[in-house]
Amino acid sequence: MIYWQLFLTFFEIGAVSFGGGYGMISLIRERTLAMGWLSEGELLNLIAISESTPGPIAVNMATFVGSGQAGFLGAVVATLGVVLPAFLVTLLIATLIRNLLKYAGVQAFLCGVRPCIVALIMGTAATMLLSSLLGIKTVESAFAPDIRGIAIFVLLAAGAMGYKRLRRRAISPLLLILVSGVLGLLLYGVGA
Amino acid sequence: MKERMRIMVGLFFTMLKIGLFTFGGGYAMIALLENELVQKKAWMDKDSFLDMVAISESTPGSIAVNAATYIGYRMAGVGGSVAATVGVCLPSFVIIYALSLFLDAFLAVPYVAYAFRGIQVCVIYLILSAGIKMLKGIRKTPFSIVILSAVFLCMLTLSLLAVSFSTVLYIVICGVLGISLYLLQTIRGKGERGS
Repeated sequence: MIYWQLFLTFFEIGAVSFGGGYGMISLIRERTLAMGWLSEGELLNLIAISESTPGPIAVNMATFVGSGQAGFLGAVVATLGVVLPAFLVTLLIATLIRNLLKYAGVQAFLCGVRPCIVALIMGTAATMLLSSLLGIKTVESAFAPDIRGIAIFVLLAAGAMGYKRLRRRAISPLLLILVSGVLGLLLYGVGA
Repeated sequence: MKERMRIMVGLFFTMLKIGLFTFGGGYAMIALLENELVQKKAWMDKDSFLDMVAISESTPGSIAVNAATYIGYRMAGVGGSVAATVGVCLPSFVIIYALSLFLDAFLAVPYVAYAFRGIQVCVIYLILSAGIKMLKGIRKTPFSIVILSAVFLCMLTLSLLAVSFSTVLYIVICGVLGISLYLLQTIRGKGERGS
């Protein structure tokens, strides 16, 4: 049943997403692509929309995918699924085991998990770069670079670094998304 | 009872406001929460706020939900944690649900589609820079460096070979490795942890 499937998938995503925000991108990508709920392009659109609208990224993702697969009720069960693990674990800490995080075993577990999450985010970014910009999905796929995409990537990276040099703080993701939208319109639109 | 009800309603609306004005996820929210809960409302002192941040960062799930649940419970028990969590999630639920109804039609407009092709590239850049930022923040020990490079290389290689290996397994294996290392060091009686 689709509702149950949505609930379970997002419950699992909520349960292993340490580190907030992008910590859950790798698992969301893996599951939604495998289930056929989203394509790579749709996933990237959705992340951009999550960045540009308020609220936790996980909730945004769950609501959107749930709604697309099974309407309003689907959105509700998927959101409930992604929120529930965090809710339950935090409640457990607040009520029963205040010192949960001070246990040596829990700390040791997190010591292993933290670098793993960072590696998963980097790995996801690298996989996305290869497949979206260079056309390399597997070793068998032909090298098909998207010159305009690469140009946009280089321009954005240079712009973001220049901004940081000048203003001494990182550029807001929202502004960068706006700029990339204009670049996309110019580069893809004019050539089409 | 009436007093608790009043606190719950207050919690709900405060969290609703925070959920509505937080762009860009967790860490942006922490500053907003601090301002609202510690400075303006004085619902928490600075120390318990920092405790809460530490808990949110070390438990699974979005920081917003962790924070709302924790604060809600401290203020008004389980009912409070439900009120706060629903409050913080509701704005994004409503906005995204409304968007989901006509996004496909919106993306079918050719110019919008072109803009989004640029935006897709931007998102990859954002994920990469979030990863690099976390990479800089992580404590570099021989153990963490081995985990980092092993997981990264495995993930890239397996994905290129089209072999599926669940992300959940990576996380569980690395957690178990962390515990094993700790046990090994305890048995050897070195007293130091390679965290």
